[in-house]
This record gives sequence, C-alpha cells and structure tokens, in this order.
Amino acid sequence: MTTTPTRRPTYYEEIRQKGYSRRDFMKFCSIIGAYMGLEATGVAQVANALQKNTRVPVIWLHFQECTCCSESFIRSSHPIVADILLDKISLDYTETLMAASGHQAEAAKAKTMKDYHGEYILCVEGSVPTKDDGVYCCIGGKSAIQVLEEAAEGAKAIIAWGSCACNGCVQAAHPNPTTATPIHKLVSGKPIIKVPGCPPIGEVMAGVIIHMITFGRLPELDRVGRPKAFYSKRVHDTCYRRPFYDAGLFVETFDDENAQKGYCLYKVGCKGPMTYNACGVTKWNNGTSYPIQSGHGCFGCSEENFWDNGPIYRQMANFPGFGIESNADEIGMVAAGATAVGIAAHAIATNFRKNKLISNVIAEGKDAEKEL
Amino acid sequence: MATHTATHKLRRVFVWELPVRFYHWLNALVIVALCATGYLIGNPPAFLSNAEASDQYLFGWIRFIHFVAAYLFFFNFLFRLYWGFVGNKYADWKNFIPTNRKFWQEMWEVIKIDIFLQKDKEHLSVGHNALAGFIYFLTFLAFLVQCITGFGLYASMSDWWFADMFVWVSGIFGGEFGLRNWHHAAMWFFIIFAMVHVYLVFYHDYVEGRGEISSMGGGWKFIEDEAFEKEKQRQNVEKTTHPRHRQLPYGGRRCWCAFCAAP
Ligand code: HEM
Ligand code: HEM
Ligand code: SF4
Ligand code: SF4
Repeated sequence: MTTTPTRRPTYYEEIRQKGYSRRDFMKFCSIIGAYMGLEATGVAQVANALQKNTRVPVIWLHFQECTCCSESFIRSSHPIVADILLDKISLDYTETLMAASGHQAEAAKAKTMKDYHGEYILCVEGSVPTKDDGVYCCIGGKSAIQVLEEAAEGAKAIIAWGSCACNGCVQAAHPNPTTATPIHKLVSGKPIIKVPGCPPIGEVMAGVIIHMITFGRLPELDRVGRPKAFYSKRVHDTCYRRPFYDAGLFVETFDDENAQKGYCLYKVGCKGPMTYNACGVTKWNNGTSYPIQSGHGCFGCSEENFWDNGPIYRQMANFPGFGIESNADEIGMVAAGATAVGIAAHAIATNFRKNKLISNVIAEGKDAEKEL
Repeated sequence: MATHTATHKLRRVFVWELPVRFYHWLNALVIVALCATGYLIGNPPAFLSNAEASDQYLFGWIRFIHFVAAYLFFFNFLFRLYWGFVGNKYADWKNFIPTNRKFWQEMWEVIKIDIFLQKDKEHLSVGHNALAGFIYFLTFLAFLVQCITGFGLYASMSDWWFADMFVWVSGIFGGEFGLRNWHHAAMWFFIIFAMVHVYLVFYHDYVEGRGEISSMGGGWKFIEDEAFEKEKQRQNVEKTTHPRHRQLPYGGRRCWCAFCAAP
C-alpha cells in the first residue's frame, strides 16, 4: 500500500499488470487525446509519457462535498481511468477509496508528503469551512483548514475538483452558514487548476491529470483558472438545440408539445448561454447524454455561485435587495409606471403653476395671427 | 379675446450643429431598437409555428439587430465624446460636468423652477440648462456601463479582437450571470430617461414657446431679446472673472485649472 521512493512502476507497467493489452493502452491514449483536443502527434506524446514516467504521487483530500466528483471520475468512459489514475494503488491517500484507515492511512499520507515533498499533486474535493475555527469539518482530529495547509505546503500543484473546491458550491450558497470557502482563497503561492462542475465530467478530470503527466506542466488556463481545453466553449454554442434558439422556438413548459419536439430550453431557465463547460461535446456517462439532451436546461453548474444566481426555471435572475420573487423587469415596470404618474402629475401642475407664462405665449401667438 | 401682456422679440441662435443633431437622432433610434430587442432577448415571446427550425431565424435576427444597433450606438457615442472637444460652445463637454459653483447654482435654480414649478417663473437658457447638462452626463455614464457590460457579454460570441478586449468584464460583475443581470437592469434606466426626457422637451416647448422640440431638427432656438442680452453678459462676466484673468497666487498669468482652454 505505501510506496517506496526507490522504484515506482511506470503508468504503462501498471496498466499492463492490471491485464490490459498494449492495444487497449493505445486506444485509451487516443480517446483521452481526443478529449484533450490534441492532434495525432499529441496522442503519441501521451503514450510516450505514460510509458516512460513513473507514477506521479497523488494525494486526494475530501472536505465539504458529496463525493460526486469521485463518482464521476470512476465512471469516466475508459476503465483505465478508474483503474490506474484513480485506484487504491495509484492514490497515495484518499479517504473514500483507500484500503487503509485510521492511523495507518494518516501515516501513509504523512510519508508521501515527506518523501515526495514538492512533487506530489494535491487534489482537493470539497470546500473548507472557515467559521468557528473550522470545526464544521474535521478529519483525524484536525480541521479541514489545517489538513489543507499541511498538504498544500509540499504540493507541486493543486487541482480543485468540482464546484465545491472551485467556488464553494451549495455549501457556500446564501447564507453560507459554515463560511464554506473555495481552495484558491485559502492557498496562495501554488499553481491551482480549477475543474468546476457539479460534478465535473469524468473525461475532463482524466484529461487534466493526463495533461499534467504528459507535458509536465499545467494545462493552459482561462481567466478564471479553468483549463481552456475543456472550459473555453459555452454550453450554448455547442448545444444541438441551438437551431431552435435561433429560430425563436422555445419550450414554454416542460410538458408542452414544444418540449416533445425538443425545442430550446431557454425560457424554462436554461443557463447554457452563460455557462462554460464541455457538456455539449463530451457529454456524460460514456457519451450517452447530457442534461439538455435529457430535456432539462443547463443549471450553470460550472459557473461561480450558480446556486445564488436566481431561479432555476426562469431566465431572469432576482435582483438583490428587492425580495425573493422580483426580477429587474418587475421592478423596472413599477419604476416606469411611477415615472409616468409623476410626469402626468407634473404636466397637470404645470398648467396651474405656469398659467401666466403659458397663456401669455398662447395669447401672443393668437394675437399675432389676428394681426395678420 | 386673447390679449398678451408681454411681447417677445426673438433672436435666432444656432445651438445644435448638424453632427449633434445627427448624433441625437441616430442615438435615439438605436436606443429604442436596443431596448426593444434587448427586452425580447430577455423575455422571448411564445412563438408557435409549424415551420421547420431550419427555415427560421427569428431570434437570430432579433439578436443580430441588437448587435448591429450596439455597434452603431457605441461608435456614435464615441463620436459625441469627440465632438465635445471640437464642437461649438453648446456641444462642449463643459456643459455636462459641474466644474464650478455657478453650475451647481444654476442646477438648483432649474430644480426649483422647472421641477418644483415655482409659480410663473421661468429659466431661460440657450443651450442645455445646467440640470439637463448634468443629467446627460449621468446618461453618458450609463452609456458607458451599457457598452462595457454589452461588449462583455458579446466577447464570448465574437471573434473580433475588439469585442474580445472586453473578456475581463464578466469577472467584475460576478460572472456572466451577474453581467447579464446588470446589463438587463440598466435597460430600465434608458427607458425611464427617455420618458422623462421627451416629456421635458415638450414641457419646455409648451411653457417657453421658443422652438425647443424643433431645435433638434433645424438646430436653432429662438431666444428672447432679454434672455439673449443676459446670456451675453453672463458669458462676458464669466470671461473676466475666470481664474486666468485674476491675479494668481504665484503671480502667474496662465490658467492652471483643467477646465478651461486658456492659452
Ligand atoms: C441602450 C443600450 C442597450 C440596452 C438597453 C440593452 C439591453 C439589453 C437587454 C435587455 C438584454 C437582454 C439581457 C437578458 O438576457 O436578460 C441584452 C442582451 C445583450 N446585449 Fe444589450 N443593450 C444595450 C446595449 C448593448 C451594447 C452596446 C452591446 C455590445 C455589443 C450589447 C450586447 C448585448 C449582448 C451580447 C446581449 C446578450 C444577447 C444574447 O444572449 O444572445 N448590448 N441587451
Ligand atoms: C421625440 C423625441 C425626442 C425629442 C424631440 C428630443 C429632443 C431633444 C432636445 C431638444 C435636446 C436638447 C435638450 C436641451 O436643451 O438640453 C435633446 C438632447 C438629448 N437627447 Fe433627445 N429628444 C428625443 C428623444 C430622445 C431619445 C429617445 C433619447 C435617448 C434615449 C434622447 C437622448 C438625448 C440626449 C443624450 C441628449 C443630449 C444631447 C447632446 O449630446 O448634447 N433623446 N433631445
Ligand atoms: S437549450 Fe440552452 S444551451 Fe441549448 S440552445 Fe437553448 S438556451 Fe442554448
Ligand atoms: S449542462 Fe450545465 S448544469 Fe448540466 S452538467 Fe453541463 S454545465 Fe453543469
């Protein structure tokens, strides 16, 4: 179970030991290369790296989360992902999957952190509660904050898995009772890759790790810190229902005829136009489907604070400070109505208050007309 | 029989140059188009049809009009800012930004006379009155906000480098959700501004009878002789009491303020 620093098998060796053929291995490389958007030569690079490189030690921490990220990962389309990248052998420490427990497990983690100081990848699933000294999430007698700080110190890079670690997700939704905090707000000075989603797509997670193994560096990140290869496209721009959107054909309610016809889900709250993710391309569960294909609008799960961004089944968000059910249009219409009333009142008052001026102007004009 | 108490002799003054008028009407047109299409983008109508989606592009057109109008709006706005530096004295940017006590005093006077309707008083200005100028200044800020949020949204839909310059915007509005929300909400500022603005233009035309409405058509207003002389005097006084004509503390003659074009 514990690993020794002397000789670690390469990924390829481990894959072969597990009983996969070279053919399986090459297939896996091409699939993952395609997901990562690499060219054919890139696939060779992936294969090369997996054959040469010894396994990168990985510590995977779980804090305030539901484990959906791990679940998603092990359901990634190719079994090699689950077997090799996320396996009790491969991971030096992960609460949910490792065979060891208690002191034994903690000792294994401490050993990895010591032996591979500066080399291991730290994966974090879940947010960290900071309120009340972090008492809301404690593991092995330490608070999540302490656990994170210790593990982050010697990490080569940190991967924040899922929306919890990237932006707090549901735990951080208003009023955020435990002050659930995303990783990037707690750790500084380490490269952090955000892989948001609730959960992120398994292939995306695998792709991120393979990228780090193959190229020895972080993938290219967008402004928010997400890998561009997977998060640079709007769900809306890759959506197969897009022609209905452009045509102006919308589902009005979930049980109407339009829903049967597969029209665009914009009016029932689809957040695809504001959401960046690979769902429309990679899809879920071995490319079977994804939410929009199943008839439900996009939730916006890979975007910051998606829980607090208004109603799920309507397009317009609520406006802060104006009560739960009022959106900008309702407030705007009231304001415009009030303005119209004000204008009418002002117009009436004008005729009284400025009567002298107005009647003089009118009379002046009429007199002139008569004079002619 | 109508008899009037005061007869006005009017002097024709050319206030709005052609570029200002052109700007004004293009601006009014595109803002109406932007509000209408923007509202539809936020709240699409239920549009039932048996036609194939491939034969239709309704929503696509609505958005297309929004984006075309948006570009016109933006460049027209830039043009107006430029004209604030090269146009005549009524188009000058100093009409919009309160830079001295006089400006604030005039604003207060306009509020008393035209908003709170002081009995039978009128405030006769030649170009914009101070309050109007200041409100246009706020409006220009709203233009800016709307352009920034709009292009912030547009950045993800466009490949043009110009739109892509605005990718940073969603970050400061809490992501595209928040950005959309603010862009949408700001529409109501434009609607309410337009209502009040058009009303006040009619108000001035009606109470003062000097061609306020048509001034944005032909460019001239008809100014009462007394108001004309008063304005002339005011401008002279302004010239002679301006800092650069006073003895400056350090004995210099040049004006150091940023608000005048002193030599
Ligand atoms: C007077 C100025 C403007 C008004 C009143 C206005 C209004 C609106 C409104 C109400 C929406 C709908 C938002 C929603 O989905 O709830 C919208 C969307 C949008 N506007 Fe504007 N807008 C203006 C100017 C601009 C400008 C200058 C741009 C720059 C390109 C712009 C680009 C956009 C974009 C990209 C969208 C999103 C369209 C989509 O979802 O496909 N807008 N606008
Ligand atoms: C019936 C329609 C309209 C008429 C008759 C009209 C007339 C005028 C007049 C006479 C002025 C000069 C006001 C002054 O003395 O200060 C003016 C200025 C202005 N109007 Fe309008 N207007 C109309 C509609 C609109 C609309 C719909 C908008 C945009 C929402 C608009 C935006 C402006 C702006 C921004 C200015 C300042 C002009 C400058 O740059 O100097 N107007 N308008
Ligand atoms: S279903 Fe959603 S993502 Fe797809 S076109 Fe409609 S709004 Fe866009
Ligand atoms: S469709 Fe939207 S909500 Fe659903 S998984 Fe993809 S990004 Fe998340």
